[in-house]
Amino acid sequence: MNLKNLKLNLSNKNKDLIPQVLTVLLLILVVIYFTINAQSNMGNRGISFGFGFLSQESSFDITFSLIDYDGSHSYARAFLVGLLNTILVSAIGIFFATILGVTVGIGRLSQNYLIAKAAECYVEIFRNIPLILQIFFWYFAALRALPLTVDSINFYDISFLNVKGWYVPRFIWTNFSIFFYSIILAIILIIFLTKYARKQRDEFGKQLPILYISFGLLIVLPLLTFLFGGVSLSFEIPELEQLSKTVYVYKGGVSIIPELISLALALSMYTATFIAENVRAGILGVNKGQKEAAASIGLTKGQILKLVVMPQALRIIIPPTTNQYLNLTKNSSLAAAIAYPDIVLVFAGTALMQTGRAIEIISITMLTYLSLSLSISVFMNWYNKKMAIKEK
Amino acid sequence: MKNIFIRPNKENLTSFVTIGSFLVFISFIDVLANTFLNLNFTSFLPSKLSYFAPLILGTIGLYLIRIEFSGNKLLDRINTNFNSSNLNAILSLIVIFTLIKYIPPILNWFFFDANFAGNTKEDCTGSGACWVFVKVWFNRFVYGMYPDSEQWRINSAFILLFALVGASFFVPAKLKKYFLIFLIFVYPIIGLKLISGGEFGLKYVETGAWGGLSLTFIVSAFALILCFPVGMFLALGRRSSLPAIRYTSIGFIELWRGVPLITVLFMSAVMFPMFLPDGTYVDKLIRVLIAITLFEAAYMAEVIRGGLQALPKGQYEAAKSLGMGYWRMHFLIILPQALKLVIPGIANTFLALVKDTPLIFVVGLLELAGMVNLAKTNPKWLGMAMEGYVFAGLVFWVICYAMSRYSQNLEKKLSTER
Repeated sequence: MNLKNLKLNLSNKNKDLIPQVLTVLLLILVVIYFTINAQSNMGNRGISFGFGFLSQESSFDITFSLIDYDGSHSYARAFLVGLLNTILVSAIGIFFATILGVTVGIGRLSQNYLIAKAAECYVEIFRNIPLILQIFFWYFAALRALPLTVDSINFYDISFLNVKGWYVPRFIWTNFSIFFYSIILAIILIIFLTKYARKQRDEFGKQLPILYISFGLLIVLPLLTFLFGGVSLSFEIPELEQLSKTVYVYKGGVSIIPELISLALALSMYTATFIAENVRAGILGVNKGQKEAAASIGLTKGQILKLVVMPQALRIIIPPTTNQYLNLTKNSSLAAAIAYPDIVLVFAGTALMQTGRAIEIISITMLTYLSLSLSISVFMNWYNKKMAIKEK
Repeated sequence: MKNIFIRPNKENLTSFVTIGSFLVFISFIDVLANTFLNLNFTSFLPSKLSYFAPLILGTIGLYLIRIEFSGNKLLDRINTNFNSSNLNAILSLIVIFTLIKYIPPILNWFFFDANFAGNTKEDCTGSGACWVFVKVWFNRFVYGMYPDSEQWRINSAFILLFALVGASFFVPAKLKKYFLIFLIFVYPIIGLKLISGGEFGLKYVETGAWGGLSLTFIVSAFALILCFPVGMFLALGRRSSLPAIRYTSIGFIELWRGVPLITVLFMSAVMFPMFLPDGTYVDKLIRVLIAITLFEAAYMAEVIRGGLQALPKGQYEAAKSLGMGYWRMHFLIILPQALKLVIPGIANTFLALVKDTPLIFVVGLLELAGMVNLAKTNPKWLGMAMEGYVFAGLVFWVICYAMSRYSQNLEKKLSTER
C-alpha cells in the first residue's frame, strides 16, 4: 500500500517535470542544429555573422525619404529611412482610418435607412477584399488613370494632382520652435486647467466650460507667437516648369508620391471597416438603462453622451481598435508590393540583396516590428487595467 | 422669431405636402436631367449655387413634408426612415443624388459599354471594360501555369474534396470519426500527389507552375487544416501550469503575432534555407505552407484561448472529480465546449487566412492576384489593370462574403441552442 502511494507521488512529480525538460531540451537542440547549419552555410559563402555591415556605405538610392539620404549614407541610415517611412504611412493611415471608421460606425446605427445601408455596403465591400488587392487596385488601376503632368487636376491653384503624384505647398516657418513651444505650453496649461476644474466641481459643484477654454488656449497662444514672437509662415507653391517640348515637371512644394497615396488610401479604407464595426459594437454595448438613468437625473443630451455613454462605449471600443492600429502598422509592410520604400522594401529587400546577410537583416526587421507591437500591447494592458470597472 | 419659419402642421397637410413634394420632385428632375441629358436648368444661377440648387430645393421640400403623425402611412414611413431631421434630409438627398450620378457610369463601364466578344485587345472597341482580357486569361487565372492537358487533375482533386465533404453529412455517426480522420490526414496526401504527380504514371508538375485561384484554394485549405491542431496545442500550452511549456508557448505566439506575414514569408524564402544543412532543398510551396500555418496558428491559439478562459471553472473541477486526466479532460469536456464558444473567432481567422494568401507572391508563387499582376504586364494586354483587379476583387469578395455570412449563420444557430 505504502509503496504504491510512493510510486504515485513520484509519477506525479515526474509528470510535471518530464514534459518541461523535454520541451527545453528540444528547443536547445533545434537552436544548436540551426546555429551549426547557419555557421557552416555562412562559412561556405565566406561571410561571418555580425552587424558591422550596418555602418558600411549603402550605395543605393531611395525614392522617398523624410530625412537626408543618398547612396553615400550607411545601411543603418537606410534602415532609419525605411522605419520613418513605415511610421509615416501608418500614422496617416491611422488618422484617416479613425475618422472614416468612426463616421461609418455611427452611420451604421443611423435611423436614416439610406445612411445605414450605405455604411453597411461600405463595410461589407471593403472588408471582404484582400488588402493587397486593394493596394494594387489603387496603385495600378485608379491612380494610373489620373491625367499627365501638363493637365493636372488643379485645386485652387495651390495644389496639383497628376499621375506622378500629388503636389502640395510647402510650409516655410521662421522661428518654428517658438510656435512649437507655445503649443506645448497650451497643452500643459489645459492639463492643469482640467485638474483645477475637476477640483472645483468636486468641492463646490461648479462646472467650468473647459472645452471652450482649451480650444481658446490652443488657438490664442500660438496666434500670440505670430504677433509678438517673431514667428511667420509662408508657403512655397508648386509650379509647373517646362523642361523640354513635351516634358513638364512641378518644381517646389512637397510632392506626395502615388505609392504613398495608394498605400495610405487602401490601408485606411480597409482598416476603417474594422474600426466601424468596433465603434458600432461599443455604442450598442452601452445599456439603454444607463441613458435613461442619466436623463432621469437631469443631464442634458450632450452631457449624457459625454459623461455616461462615451466613457462606457470607449471602454469597449478602444482595446480592439488599438489592435486594428497595430494591424494597420503591420499591414503597411505590404508596401513592398508597390515599391513604397518602407522598412521591408528598403531593408529586407534592397539591403538584403546587396549584402546577402539574410539572418541579421530579417532578424532586425522582425525585431523592429516585434518591439513595436509588444510596446503597444504593454501599453494596452496598462490602459485596460486603468479603465477596467472598479467594483466596490 | 417663431413666425419667421413656417412650421408644417397637420391642418394644412395637403398644401404643405403638395408644395413639398413638388420641390423634391423638381430637385430630382434637375439631377436626372443633369446626369442623363446634360441639361442644366439652373444655369442662370451662379455656378456654386447652381451646383447645390437641387440639394437646397430638396431640403426645403423635405422640411415642408416633415409632419409628424400625419395619418398618411407612406408619408409617415418616409419621414421616420429618411427625413427625421434637417440633417437626415440632407444626408438622404446626398446619398440618392450620388447614386443617381455615379451608378449609371459604373454600370455602363461594367455591362452596357463593355466588350465581351473577341480574342484580342483590338476587339475591345467600346468605352467600357474589356472583359475579353479576363476571358482569354481565365484559364491562367484559375490554373496558373499548370499545363492545359493536366488540368483535369486539379479539377478531380477538388471534386473529390467536395464529394468527401458532401458525403460526410450522410455518413452514419459511428463512422464519422474515421471519415474525418481520412479527410484530414489521408486526403491531403492523395490530393497533393494527384496535383503534383510524379508517380502512378502522372506527369510531374513542379510547384512553380501551380498558380491562380486553385493555388489560393490549395494554400488556404492546407494552412486551414494544419493551423487548427497547432493552434489548439499552443492554446493549451499557454494555459498550462508547467512554466517551461507556458513560456515557450507565450514566446512562440507573441513572436508570430508581433510580425507581419510578409516578413515571415521573407524569412521562409531567404533565412530558413540558411538554417538547413547545405544542399537540402525544401520546396518553395512547402516552405510557404509551413510559414503561413505557423503564423495563423498563433492567431488561432489566441482565439481558442479566449474560449478556454470563458469556460467556468466548474467544468474543469467536475472533469477532474470524475478522475479524468489532463488529455481526457481537455478532449472530452473542455475543448468541445470552448471551440463552440469561439466559432466566430475561428471563422474570422480563416477569413484572414484566405485574404492573406495573395501575399505568397513575395516568394514567387502566383495565385489569383499574382496572375493578374503578371497578365497585365503582358505586352499584348497593357492597360488592363482595372479589369483584372476588379475581376480578382469580385472573386475574393464572393468567397469571403460567403464565408462571413456562413459563420454569422452558424453563430446564430449555436446561440439559440444555448
